[in-house]
Amino acid sequence: MNTNGWDKASISAIAQELKDQPGALMVILRRIQDELGWIPQPSVPLIADALNLSRAEVHGVISFYHDFRDHPPGRHVLRLCRAESCQAMGAVALARHVKDRLGIDFGQTTADGRITLDAVYCLGNCACSPAITMDDDIYGRVSPAKIDKLLESLE
Amino acid sequence: MKTSMKPVVFVPRDSGALSLGAEDVARAIAGEGAGRGVDLTLVRNGSRGLYWLEPMVEVVADGRRIAYGPVDAESVPGLFEAGFLDGRPHDLCLGPTDEIALLKKQERLTFARVGVIDPVSLDDYLAHGGYEGLARAARLGAEQVVTEVMDSGLRGRGGAGFPCAIKLRTVMQTAADQKYVVCNADEGDSGTFADRMIMEGDPFVLIEGMTIAALCAGATRGYIYLRSEYPHCARTLKAAIAAARARGYLGKNVLDTGRQFDLEVRVGAGSYICGEETAMLESLEGRRGMVRYKPPVPAVCGLFGKPTVINNVLTLATLPIILARGGAFYKNYGVGRSRGTQPIQLAGNVKRPGLFEKAFGVTLREMVYEYGGGTASGRPVRAVQVGGPLGAYFPQSMLDVALDYEELAARDGLLGHGGIVVFDDTVNMAEMARYAMEFCALESCGKCTPCRIGSTRGVEVIDRIVGGQNQAANLLLLRELCDTMTNASLCALGGLTPLPVLSALKYFPQDFGLGDEAAGEVR
Repeated sequence: MNTNGWDKASISAIAQELKDQPGALMVILRRIQDELGWIPQPSVPLIADALNLSRAEVHGVISFYHDFRDHPPGRHVLRLCRAESCQAMGAVALARHVKDRLGIDFGQTTADGRITLDAVYCLGNCACSPAITMDDDIYGRVSPAKIDKLLESLE
Repeated sequence: MKTSMKPVVFVPRDSGALSLGAEDVARAIAGEGAGRGVDLTLVRNGSRGLYWLEPMVEVVADGRRIAYGPVDAESVPGLFEAGFLDGRPHDLCLGPTDEIALLKKQERLTFARVGVIDPVSLDDYLAHGGYEGLARAARLGAEQVVTEVMDSGLRGRGGAGFPCAIKLRTVMQTAADQKYVVCNADEGDSGTFADRMIMEGDPFVLIEGMTIAALCAGATRGYIYLRSEYPHCARTLKAAIAAARARGYLGKNVLDTGRQFDLEVRVGAGSYICGEETAMLESLEGRRGMVRYKPPVPAVCGLFGKPTVINNVLTLATLPIILARGGAFYKNYGVGRSRGTQPIQLAGNVKRPGLFEKAFGVTLREMVYEYGGGTASGRPVRAVQVGGPLGAYFPQSMLDVALDYEELAARDGLLGHGGIVVFDDTVNMAEMARYAMEFCALESCGKCTPCRIGSTRGVEVIDRIVGGQNQAANLLLLRELCDTMTNASLCALGGLTPLPVLSALKYFPQDFGLGDEAAGEVR
């Protein structure tokens, strides 16, 4: 995931490629989010132009969905499930442990840009609660010790 | 003459199994096999749903599947040493898979192939009865397909329990130049993972089900609206769709019927409300996931304003077996007006979490204790939430309720998507009630006032009650607020959030710092 390297040309290319898909705006935003890890603000007018929408409409869609970031994330994204099944297996204490260790809250990135911590509401791994994801990998039955080990293994 | 068969080893690719190290196990088995000069076939199957045994590895010995679990990478050399490729004994050996008690006790209809086959092999799917339903549906014709589905008693497994056949018939009878089938795969309820297991473990059954629905209703395009939290599903679905298309099961001339149907996966963007069908349509159309007013119902005016069949993954994935075996076969399972089977998902603080497909009518107590084995922590069960974040909390004294749409509704609960989350006696139910309101505030689309504002006010009022501030007045306020949300919200998010809140209050008033007299009624 390239978090910072982007340019207007590549965003325009994505918008042009996908603009004729039914419901194109979500498809375009999803692609930009997947490729860049966030949706840079200057892409709003480019997408609006390509789809003949107002900037407000594009901004409104970006701001509605939790996945779409308007800031680049850290080098790694740690997502902790906060939903009921994981709560029943100690997710609240696990979240407290991680927040203390990293010195950040949900939705924040460590000062060194290493880790972004996000809350997630169900990963569908409820039979292995508590569950987390680190970047593209999913982990189940996660203890504070297991998460510490995982954090130590990252650059 | 004896032909020496190449050993076959199954290691799940299911994301739950992966979360417990299945990838490392698969790598270790491949490596150990290569090191020993054994030429083996590694199949990455779905999960059988017995998650306390995952990663569960299977081999074929004397034509039978033998299971080992839970396996980690370190135990792999020992398994080879013990001769597990021939099904020999080992500490982790669970015996023949189909004899594992909690698997044998199930009625697996929708999940018949999950964990059994290679999910992305169309040949494997066909060898296990795949596409028999579509073949029969094509012979029967649309009217007769509706009759079979009506006879089966199949109701929407997403949560609402609406009869599937009525949606199919409505779309079939509505004239339009374009119709759609949309699969709701935005499985956001905590404690549920059945859709994920189907899409990762038997994606063709969903594709076949959507194709049956499409040919019946006269739809030519389909979408699977998949939540972004399920990247593994996206991969298996895309591989399966490509394979089906390459062999003529999707495309311009489906199974030589002269009928056209194709479908694609659309990935959402982390919004719980997009599991509400009209918000999902808005999202598919490229907009904010704002709930629509009904009527018109989507079967008349749905995606891009066209008639649309919308069903959950489980509903659509059950159509193939109904069409293959007949509506009467399916209806034979279940109780009352809840016909067939329900894939029940057991999660939270439970010793044996997993997916158990059972005919309707099994009790909550049987699920929690006989299947689940009680809590994982070994402490007493205090509360059980049924049906996801909008479902009621039940105390010990109510666990004898049967899992059936009407039985649960009669006790102010709901079955939802069939998820059960168990809590031990360390849970604070006032915190769970507060969380229900907090979650509603976070995920509200904001279109209607009771949900948008009520959820935030709900958090505040609960805080005041728990904080001991003017309790009697605030309790009355909370009840009035819940009444407004229940009766005036546009959709189920605002409308059902009071259910976990008021059930927590009814059965566990002491957690709110209240006396038993404060408990009140849920409705």
